[in-house]
Amino acid sequence: MKRHLISAADLSRGDALLILDTAEELASLADRPIKKLPTLRGRTVVNLFFEDSTRTRISFEAAAKRLSADVINFSAKGSSVAKGESLKDTALTLEAMGADAVVIRHSASGAAHRLAGWVRGSVVNAGDGTHEHPTQALLDAFTIRRRLKGATARGTALDGIRVTIVGDVLHSRVARSNVLLLSTLGAEVTLAAPPTLLPLAVDTWPCAVSYELDSELPKSDVVMMLRVQQERMTAAYFPSVREYSRRYGMDAARMAKMPDHAIVMHPGPMNRGVEIAAEVADSVRSTIVEQVANGVTTRMAVLYLLLGGTEFPEVTS
Amino acid sequence: MGATGHPVAGRDGLAVLDAEEIRRSLTRIAHEILERTHGGDGVVLLGIPTRGVPLARRLAARIGEFEGVEVPCGSLDVTMHRDDLRFRPARALGRTDLPPSGVDGKTVVLVDDVLYSGRTVRAALDALTDLGRPRAVQLAVLVDRGHRELPIRADYVGKNLPTSQREVVHVLLAEVDAQDAVMISDEGRPS
Amino acid sequence: MSGSWLIKGAEVAGSGGLAVADLLLTGGTITAIGAGLSEAGAQVLDASGLIALPGLVDLHTHLREPGREDAETVETGTRAAALGGFTAVHAMANTEPVADTAGVVEQVWRLGREAGYCDVQPVGAVTAGLAGARLAELGTMADSAAHVRVFSDDGRCVADPLLMRRALEYVKAFDGVIAQHAQDPRLTEGAQLNEGEISGRLGLAGWPAVAEEAIIARDCLLAAHVGSALHVCHVSTAGSAEIIRWAKSKGWPVTAEVTPHHLLLTDELAVGYDPVFKVNPPLRTAADVAELRRALADGTIDCVATDHAPHPVEAKETEWSEAAFGMTGLETALRVVQQAMVDTGLLDWPGVADRMSVRPARIGRLTGQGAPLAVGGPANLTLYDPAAPAEPVSAAGASKSRNTPFAGMPLPGRVVATFLRGTPTVLDGKLAR
Repeated sequence: MKRHLISAADLSRGDALLILDTAEELASLADRPIKKLPTLRGRTVVNLFFEDSTRTRISFEAAAKRLSADVINFSAKGSSVAKGESLKDTALTLEAMGADAVVIRHSASGAAHRLAGWVRGSVVNAGDGTHEHPTQALLDAFTIRRRLKGATARGTALDGIRVTIVGDVLHSRVARSNVLLLSTLGAEVTLAAPPTLLPLAVDTWPCAVSYELDSELPKSDVVMMLRVQQERMTAAYFPSVREYSRRYGMDAARMAKMPDHAIVMHPGPMNRGVEIAAEVADSVRSTIVEQVANGVTTRMAVLYLLLGGTEFPEVTS
Repeated sequence: MGATGHPVAGRDGLAVLDAEEIRRSLTRIAHEILERTHGGDGVVLLGIPTRGVPLARRLAARIGEFEGVEVPCGSLDVTMHRDDLRFRPARALGRTDLPPSGVDGKTVVLVDDVLYSGRTVRAALDALTDLGRPRAVQLAVLVDRGHRELPIRADYVGKNLPTSQREVVHVLLAEVDAQDAVMISDEGRPS
Repeated sequence: MSGSWLIKGAEVAGSGGLAVADLLLTGGTITAIGAGLSEAGAQVLDASGLIALPGLVDLHTHLREPGREDAETVETGTRAAALGGFTAVHAMANTEPVADTAGVVEQVWRLGREAGYCDVQPVGAVTAGLAGARLAELGTMADSAAHVRVFSDDGRCVADPLLMRRALEYVKAFDGVIAQHAQDPRLTEGAQLNEGEISGRLGLAGWPAVAEEAIIARDCLLAAHVGSALHVCHVSTAGSAEIIRWAKSKGWPVTAEVTPHHLLLTDELAVGYDPVFKVNPPLRTAADVAELRRALADGTIDCVATDHAPHPVEAKETEWSEAAFGMTGLETALRVVQQAMVDTGLLDWPGVADRMSVRPARIGRLTGQGAPLAVGGPANLTLYDPAAPAEPVSAAGASKSRNTPFAGMPLPGRVVATFLRGTPTVLDGKLAR
């Protein structure tokens, strides 16, 4: 593994499997009386969140604390950043505090890259603009593997599993990371979206593209719904929420067209009634709740593998 | 002289324990466990990955054969509790698999292939503490090669094997290595 | 330093190619060109192996003064220009305050004369305050001491087609030219990088080529319709070059420029999110670079203009989307053109003289600049060593700002000397005053 986790493309197939298998081991921690391991004792993990995201921040915080790391939370609101301190100066302050790892969420694509040039510790990208969110893709891959393979999951990848990702791909960092990671793990990925919400050069991505959702449903083992923001309507990406929902929303009727074993995923937060109906979100096929728990274990695996030793493990993949 | 009365092979990549000697050691250890725990009462065997795990299973099987007692058996990975993490790259984790009866109030017998500095066992004791509160913890090893760096000793030993610190002890087990043997070589695995 | 100069043994770029000759510069004029000229009282410069070009003329530079002196001043900018071999630069109007009145353009013109490193020809804004709503006082600026002939809202596009038509018509009265920064504002809202494979991968809002090409096509048609001169700034796409070629084939009064960086660099460089590569218009693809080179070689694109855009460190040392657009370019222009055009066999040195001196001066309606080296002509010339070993470009130069995309890149050649009306501004690669 490399020193930073900024893009899902940083992970080879072997790296990704190592993370998933490590997470598999760490998952049992949640059932123990003492939900803590001493491994990162004395290490400092800084959560540098320039965007509001309680869910992801808490996930990283729990992951770091369960490994006994010290956690410092830095959120942009009300801090010197709100008064105009630059990203670089914030980075230098963190350096002075001796951060071993910085988990950064920022509204600008490339912020994690830039930060990596200014700090000595490891940088974990928790979402930079519309670029990537690699730990989300890892927890999604982990969830898919567990759900679809159960007890035989350990040591295996996602070869042959068909995943359809639906929604605003153009603005989605979750989509970018998932396309990269899932295809690295051998899955067959299809994007389903209106043409306006697909990047111009999407034909160069390692996935298939469909403008129609219904034709993909019977062939999918996993359907991953992306959040669609209402603001996209004013920029003329689609005419109305109603039309979007009708053509690309996941409701009970569409869920019935999926194979029996197939699952529905969503990175959260959801727009109930827009991209996903309540009955789907609350159904047994939905992995939304376990994705949250899996987020903590996958992030523990990432932090352990980045900080738990001196250099980075060579993986013969 | 080896346990079987045959000459012990030399110290250049040849076996110091063969399959037969390993089998007898394990049989003896199984009997000793039964003796000291009043027939295996409340005993849980936890093997330390990698090779402690098949050894624990073999001991559980023998105990079952001899007394008809079913001793719960599992594995305890110690990677996260090691004291040398900062000196090497982060390692892949082994499996921690506790039997459903847990460890609270039990006599846990940790099982490993080689006892050397004692640091692995210290890590195992720490890991165990986070899992519950055993009544007692004992240690069974196939080979004790000396050179302890911590005040740790084994309760059950298959063979005492004096070594120099330059030497490497390799335990091969059929479940992992397709054969049973204990070998010694000077630094590095024999090919 | 006053007095005559004898330049010995230079390879003079003329219509027939390169010919070795001596040049005698006296009182601001080239008084003799020939072999074995006598030295009578003149200072001698041994120019063997050096190319002699007419002093370079930049149609597009940002000197930032008044208003952004933290990035550059007329003095520091013209020093950089002289070191790059330029004897005249056109200073764009997007200063603070905007150069939309006689007062500001005269100030800039005077600052240039006082600094004395090269001629500064101010460009006037097309619209008041660059706001795109109503015309600026184009006639008053033309009549001022700054003698403005080139008008541009560069930085912004004159997007309103009616206003662009009016501007084109209005400047006919004084032989002016409108230089358009072609960027449809609606198609480029929040755009960061060329729209393509790289922008999709990096998650940066795309800047489509059509946003430039559509405006150029429209403006060529407008210029033809009203019979007025259109100049297209910083052409960056293959499609734009094709449209200009088509317009010229119809005999329409259209000229165009390309920057050095668009002749060499592509959007691949954005992959590390370093904003030193962020520029308006954005770096495009290798196919665009290839077509722009061809268009410059065959004259479809008339000239190279640097679009030298200095920015202070904090404007570039930040996240990509927060960073300012722009690259410096005065000091490296000729070296980049050598790498991209001469060393690739696309353009010879007389061609360079034409594209970097003669044509820009003609488009800018500048007198006393851009004249081919001839007896009786102004003694504005540049001596350049194309055989100097390729040195990595240093970010630190005469410009106040450090935002050069070529930092660390080895580029061939070296400007050895620059003469402004017979007085050296640069000697042996260093400022002479």
